[in-house]
Amino acid sequence: MNQLWEAVLWCLDPTNWTGPSGIAARSLEHLGYTLLAVAIAAAIAVPIGWWVGHTGKGRGAAVALSGAARALPTLGVLTLTGLLLGIGLAAPMTAFVILAIPSILAAAYAGFEAVDRRVIDAARAQGYTGTQVLWQIEVPLGLPVLVGGLRSAALQVVATATLAAYVGAGGLGRYLFLGLKTQDYAMMLGSSLLVVALALVLDGAFALAGRAAVPRGVTVARRGVNA
Amino acid sequence: MKNPTRRSALALAAVAALALTGCGSSDPLGGGDTASGSPSATGGTGGAGGGDALVIGSQQYYSNEIIAELYAQALEAEGYTVEREYQIGQREVYLPEVESGAIDVMPEYGGNLLQYYDAEATATSPEDIQAALAEVLPQGLRPLEPAEATDQDSYNVTREFAEKHSLTTLADLQNVDEQLKVAANSEFETRPYGPAGLKEAYGVDVTVVPVEDSGGPLTVKALVDGDVQLADIYSADPSIAAEDLVTLEDPENLILPQNVTPIVSDAVDEQAAAVIEEVNAKLTPEELIGLNRQSVEKEASSEDIAQAWLSGQGLS
Repeated sequence: MNQLWEAVLWCLDPTNWTGPSGIAARSLEHLGYTLLAVAIAAAIAVPIGWWVGHTGKGRGAAVALSGAARALPTLGVLTLTGLLLGIGLAAPMTAFVILAIPSILAAAYAGFEAVDRRVIDAARAQGYTGTQVLWQIEVPLGLPVLVGGLRSAALQVVATATLAAYVGAGGLGRYLFLGLKTQDYAMMLGSSLLVVALALVLDGAFALAGRAAVPRGVTVARRGVNA
Repeated sequence: MKNPTRRSALALAAVAALALTGCGSSDPLGGGDTASGSPSATGGTGGAGGGDALVIGSQQYYSNEIIAELYAQALEAEGYTVEREYQIGQREVYLPEVESGAIDVMPEYGGNLLQYYDAEATATSPEDIQAALAEVLPQGLRPLEPAEATDQDSYNVTREFAEKHSLTTLADLQNVDEQLKVAANSEFETRPYGPAGLKEAYGVDVTVVPVEDSGGPLTVKALVDGDVQLADIYSADPSIAAEDLVTLEDPENLILPQNVTPIVSDAVDEQAAAVIEEVNAKLTPEELIGLNRQSVEKEASSEDIAQAWLSGQGLS
């Protein structure tokens, strides 16, 4: 309990917040790494997931691949890519992207699969082309599920981004490693608390985004059913 | 890492043994326990504790584990029963265990150990460090005769960089007119031989790029790639020779010598101490690097490495 209190004090100490290695700068770095990793992962996984969901092809491969990627230990990936790419941001970013891809990929095709087949059949009967079905039916209706995937990817990455400091790339992991190695447990625990806080903020933001992602028509329809 | 099952089984056994021997008679469960009765013990241990196994610890550092295994097998060859308790974190984690008597033999490094107990220590030669250690170690612990082998932090540059700026000692870094970055663990920043110490002893400014693998392959890669100009690598690391790196000399003794020094509890009698010191007497810096190389390059287990070395030295 005492250590927890000291950790809170460490977080609140204004002298820890400023400077190039202050909490403010490190938190921003940490958040930036997380968002960048999720963005890159989304740029890769969303088109693939949509294609899988839209065509129904390659689903088995997508499931197997994302399952395998989930099983990769991030520290191992980081060390391997670090040995290839050297220190800096490239290696941890690669590891984080690999970490983020499975959730996003799964959410992208699962979102499409969750769309009621009757809606798609109705659209086709109205003369919608494949592209129109994709952009006007599947993407908007699958969006809430996709945002859910982004949300869990972001949470995984924000908690793992402490590893960036392992190869000299900064982030809140700096405090975690420094505290661990110099027995400054207030610093170590304090930085963990900051990561937790960051995760909560991200989670809240994605929860709001998830709600905003539900198309108006769906909300209305649900209300109608409930009423 | 190489043999998780065996290692965790060992760890489990060691933990169990620790729990049983450590708690002694105050443990309500310990009284009639069959597992703790180690009648297997040993002819020779006349001394403390009624012939219980000697517990040998090691740091979470492969080279330290190899040294611990050397002691363990040498003691076993003389009929002692040993329990292995390897890979226990860093000093702040294992030294309390050593002090409490849960660990009887711990391979240590003279200079850093002295600084742990006495931050103001002034000793810089191996002899002075050894004498000072005997003073500062807590009751019930004593240092044995150190080995010639040392494993200490060292500032390394690539051969190319050394030749370009004609560097042999740390003082020569003054003549380098580019920004100097040193790859090291993050705690290097706070160590006496870190940037502040380097500035004070040699008037050289460096900034630390934290790479958290303790001078391992990522640190070496950063140096070889030119991301940093200097790297903190343990002097017994085979990669210094393998990558043709140049270790800068330290005439001001900024970095304390880290001779391999076992610290032992009173459970280690004179006879057992002599066995360990006999191993130490043969452990030269080159031999230690050779031992480490077998782990790094051939991925041999500490058990196999120790066995081969001891029989090669006629100690088993």
